[in-house]
Amino acid sequence: MPQPNVLILRAPGTNCDQETGYAFDLAGGNSSFVHINQLIESPGIIRDYQILCLPGGFSYGDDIAAGRILASQMQSRLADVLSEFHAAGKLILGICNGFQILIKSGFLLPSDDEGLPATLTWNDSGRFIDCWVNLKTDNERCVFLQNIEQMYLPIAHAEGKFVPRNEQVLNHLKTNHQLALSYCLADGSNDEVAYPHNPNGSTANVAGVCDTTGRIFGLMPHPERFIDPTHHPRWTREGNSAAGDGLALFQNAINFFND
Amino acid sequence: MVDVVTNTTNSSDESQATQANETTTLWQVDIFPVAGQPNRLSAEVLDNAKDLRVDESLEVIGAHGFLIQGPLTHQHLTRLTAELLVEPVVERCEFALVGSDSLAQPIGELTNLLHVLPLPGVTDPQAESALMAMRHLGFPVDVVRTFKKFWTSALSETDRNLLQSKILCNDSIEMIVVGKLELDELQLGQTYEFSKRDIPLADLSDEALMKISQDWTLSLSLIEMHTIRDHFESLGRAPTDIELESIAQTWSEHCSHKTLAGRISYRDENGERQFENMLKETIFSATMQIRSDLGENDWCVSVFKDNAGIVEFDDSYNIAFKVETHNRPSALEPYGGANTGIGGVIRDTLGTGLGAKPICNTDVFCFASPDTPYEELPPGVMHPRRIMKGVVSGVRDYGNRMGIPTVNGAVFFDERYVGNPLVFCGNVGLIPKEKSFKEVQPNDLIVSIGGKTGRDGIHGATFSSAELTESSDITSGGAVQIGNAITEKMLMDVLLIARDRELYSSVTDCGAGGYSSAVGEMGEELGAEVWLDRVPLKYDGLSYTEIWISEAQERMVFAIPESNWEQFEALCASESVVATVIGQFKPTGQLVLKFGDEVVGDVSMSMLHDGRPPIIREATYQPVESSDLPSFDFKTTEQWTTDLCKILASPNVASKHWIIRQYDHEVQGGSVIKPLVGVQNDGPGDAAVVRPILDSRRGLAVSCGMNPLYGDLDTYHMATSAIDEAIRNCVSVGADPTRIAILDNFCWGYTDRPETLGSLVRAAIACHDLSVVMQTPFISGKDSLHNEFSYTNDEGNRQTISIPSTLLISAMGQVPDVANCVTMDLKKAGNALFQIGVTGDHLGGSHWTLVNQISGGKVPTVLPERAKQTFIHLHDAIQKGLVRSCHDMSEGGLAVAVAEMAFAGGLGAQINTDSVGIEILPSEPESEIDLSYATAALLFAESNTRFVVEIEPENIDQFKTAMGDIDVQQLGMVISEPQLTIDVAHNTIIQSDLMTLKNAWLGTLDWK
Repeated sequence: MPQPNVLILRAPGTNCDQETGYAFDLAGGNSSFVHINQLIESPGIIRDYQILCLPGGFSYGDDIAAGRILASQMQSRLADVLSEFHAAGKLILGICNGFQILIKSGFLLPSDDEGLPATLTWNDSGRFIDCWVNLKTDNERCVFLQNIEQMYLPIAHAEGKFVPRNEQVLNHLKTNHQLALSYCLADGSNDEVAYPHNPNGSTANVAGVCDTTGRIFGLMPHPERFIDPTHHPRWTREGNSAAGDGLALFQNAINFFND
Repeated sequence: MVDVVTNTTNSSDESQATQANETTTLWQVDIFPVAGQPNRLSAEVLDNAKDLRVDESLEVIGAHGFLIQGPLTHQHLTRLTAELLVEPVVERCEFALVGSDSLAQPIGELTNLLHVLPLPGVTDPQAESALMAMRHLGFPVDVVRTFKKFWTSALSETDRNLLQSKILCNDSIEMIVVGKLELDELQLGQTYEFSKRDIPLADLSDEALMKISQDWTLSLSLIEMHTIRDHFESLGRAPTDIELESIAQTWSEHCSHKTLAGRISYRDENGERQFENMLKETIFSATMQIRSDLGENDWCVSVFKDNAGIVEFDDSYNIAFKVETHNRPSALEPYGGANTGIGGVIRDTLGTGLGAKPICNTDVFCFASPDTPYEELPPGVMHPRRIMKGVVSGVRDYGNRMGIPTVNGAVFFDERYVGNPLVFCGNVGLIPKEKSFKEVQPNDLIVSIGGKTGRDGIHGATFSSAELTESSDITSGGAVQIGNAITEKMLMDVLLIARDRELYSSVTDCGAGGYSSAVGEMGEELGAEVWLDRVPLKYDGLSYTEIWISEAQERMVFAIPESNWEQFEALCASESVVATVIGQFKPTGQLVLKFGDEVVGDVSMSMLHDGRPPIIREATYQPVESSDLPSFDFKTTEQWTTDLCKILASPNVASKHWIIRQYDHEVQGGSVIKPLVGVQNDGPGDAAVVRPILDSRRGLAVSCGMNPLYGDLDTYHMATSAIDEAIRNCVSVGADPTRIAILDNFCWGYTDRPETLGSLVRAAIACHDLSVVMQTPFISGKDSLHNEFSYTNDEGNRQTISIPSTLLISAMGQVPDVANCVTMDLKKAGNALFQIGVTGDHLGGSHWTLVNQISGGKVPTVLPERAKQTFIHLHDAIQKGLVRSCHDMSEGGLAVAVAEMAFAGGLGAQINTDSVGIEILPSEPESEIDLSYATAALLFAESNTRFVVEIEPENIDQFKTAMGDIDVQQLGMVISEPQLTIDVAHNTIIQSDLMTLKNAWLGTLDWK
């Protein structure tokens, strides 16, 4: 199979598009940057791609709420074409603002009778925070996390606190292995993960969620910010590792089409 | 909190709404967190109320919301709230027609209702986005405004006033409505009736001329008014209002730097010196000298002429750097002032050459102490804590939304900044080599893109050239603005694509002075004709002059060949960016301003740019009489250790993590050395390093140096110390000292006073002298003068507070290969610690004297040639991989440097200063007083050009060889026990566990 094509979606306020495209290319993909206006005008162009990525940033300023406006735009204009894309066995990844958009548009966790099952809201601190966190995976289902047990990645957001509608929703997602990524301590334990290890107060320390197929994945941490040894905050004291923890996630996405 | 069912309105509202179908209705949507979710608005108010010591029993429930106007029904609102405005799971809402009683029902005991709305015309980004999104979804919406709403418990009148004026509302941008909102419709602006206005100046008395200058906030001097009067007399007509404004903008201190770039007659202890153009003959001339010395190896590209200075980076790219101040707007509206400050400097690099891509931000602030008692604040002044919180959030919200990492900064506290805080915002941009220059071509279209024009920011340029007073917040409200980062991000995206498609011949930003400065500058060589009626407006009713001088944010002006216009317009449309042709550059030498067919202004470019009468100023410098430090008895170990903790906890030195963590410092994916480093990612790094080109190993280091306390002793040495500090921070992380470019930002008091101007000239001379020897070029700079605050005190006397003379030096260094970067945290027990450089008798202006509340002593100086050699040798040792950690010594001297290295690395240090040479003092102290003094100096003196480095034992010889003739003294070693011990002359002076030191350092600014 030739290099998978990656559509990096841009919108007003998207700002992690370049480095995310670079990470996919480094992993063996072929990234293009497409503006939301262009996709709404010609939705058919998405058929040329195998991976759709919604990168980080502040789409439409995160006005009203993070990712809200782009989510409603996608819901009203792109619902059909995205369902077709997903049904074709392709991959969708949302990082940070992309995760917020995926969850608020209902693409990641569809609405039921009572509405959306979960959302991402303001950090408990009420502020934007940039720091590094330890993460633990449940990779039973999630395509992007195959063979990854633990990661160390940076987060940078104000609205990353995962809140499910109720306990049942949470338990269902957990049993179903959809709570694919969670904040943990450096040793991998995640029984009692307080601030700043759980940087935003997420319920059950949730940092990333996948859909029932494992082919749609959204996460708050930024894997594209740890694809080089010098990205690590302590590389000058702990020595160089071969690559950053984040690169494997992009490689998994590419390899999904090569296997 | 009372539980209210989602989306309820009373039935009468509903019937009203149904009847109102097809006619315009105005709805109010109140949004609350659901039970169990925190109410952030309430928490913020209570937090600030605690700072202001409002009655502790205060209870508040906050809500945010939208006012929505259009032919909308109840059904529309049900859908709008569910599909767009209200977050599922965490929020609930109530909506009704504005003025409905259902929206004003008390919540439990909370009976006091307040609404806070942005003033008409103030930028409201949330509302703009919401309006756009509602229309996308097909809702018939005409206008949207946001608001905040608060229910509070009953309060005393004093507390209610405090709450309303100091916490809930800043009346320069917001208004408060007590009780329920009663509004018929949201409307802005009115029809504009054109009328051309002449301002006759002939025959006017001097008094009348000055009255015009003041009434119009022109900030023009009498001589300038005479020159203008005479010019128009020679033309045989009166100037129009817009001509007068254009001249005032162009001649303003902000735009033309008339004081520093003017004639100055300077006198100091060395005699007299006459300057024709002070800046040109000091700072610029140093750079010219360096460039000529370097000859073929000159790596400067464009200095002191474009919006930012440009130097070479690698074979394909150059880098541009600019630092601006936004002091006065930040004093009145800290959030908006800082917000538009960072927005403005980003447009500076975007408007440099044919456009540089912004790659990192730097921000430096000066405030009064956040612990200043409220009783001690002069009237009309905001509390420094509130200013600081506002400024930090302003920078955070703009920088983060732009996707530009904020990687470097500093905060300096001094009581003299109480009425006049300083906010420096900087930006570095990456620019392809071949895009570094621009030239407007005849007949190019003048095209404005980005934000629309409103009545905001009128007279920012002339206002920023005047002094602040307690009534500034009333008279200059129009000069305060809020930015919209997403408008600027969209503008940036389009600019970079258009640049690479070669669609335009020149570009510049609209900053102070708005179109008048931007078009005036771009058309200086050619001439221009501007069609003011074509400018897209936020609302109707602006006069042609208001359009011309409005400083509305997020606009840039392009010169576009007519043949490219179609393509450029299509590109902008594809990214939803507004682009409008507003005129044409014509080779007439005239600036012609039209409104429809009427010519409203016609001034020659030469009058604008060269017509200003020269200003000759007196400047004198009287050296401050040096005084000795008071003598003191030898302290106990405990007392010395307490001194160290006090310095670590002093706000200038204390950890700034509360600020740093709110900035995205890793976006763009090139972070190499972060602002906080060490075993727990929380030690104070010397400089940040980024890799701007993702497939390259070349790095860029950004740092700064500033110490206003030295300026109280001698501004010459303050300047050289700031340069030395900025460079040593950069070199500490691995930057090549022969490739460091620096910027100056002078923020001074009232320079019409000869002694104030004299202290500035002295600093500029110092910049020249050190820059030339170090071969470190200044590439850009900016000044902000008259930073004073005047008020009338309780006794009825006029008081003036001048800021301390403040020179910020910002440095941009280059790292050949980021793999060789080093950080300041101690790495391994058993490694040796060395001091590089010599400690001198330099306790004057030190933080040790500050925390002990004593004054006197000698100011640190720089030995230029020794400094240059030290940096070169240290860089060589770092490049060879011989240095495991490196930290510069600055505030707090050796003791603070070693303490920071230790707790950042989580490792102890055992130090003995016996081999550290100390200049001037006798090596064998004869008396106890001498010993006390020598000990204080060894530990806490702030002598320049010094570092502490950590070296592995097997590399010691190689390290010493690499350092050549430079003074290198072994201090001791890294130990695994978490203890810091420093011995001086066989006495243990400092002994502390690391936690005590670290907690002192972390605690001061560890805000919630």
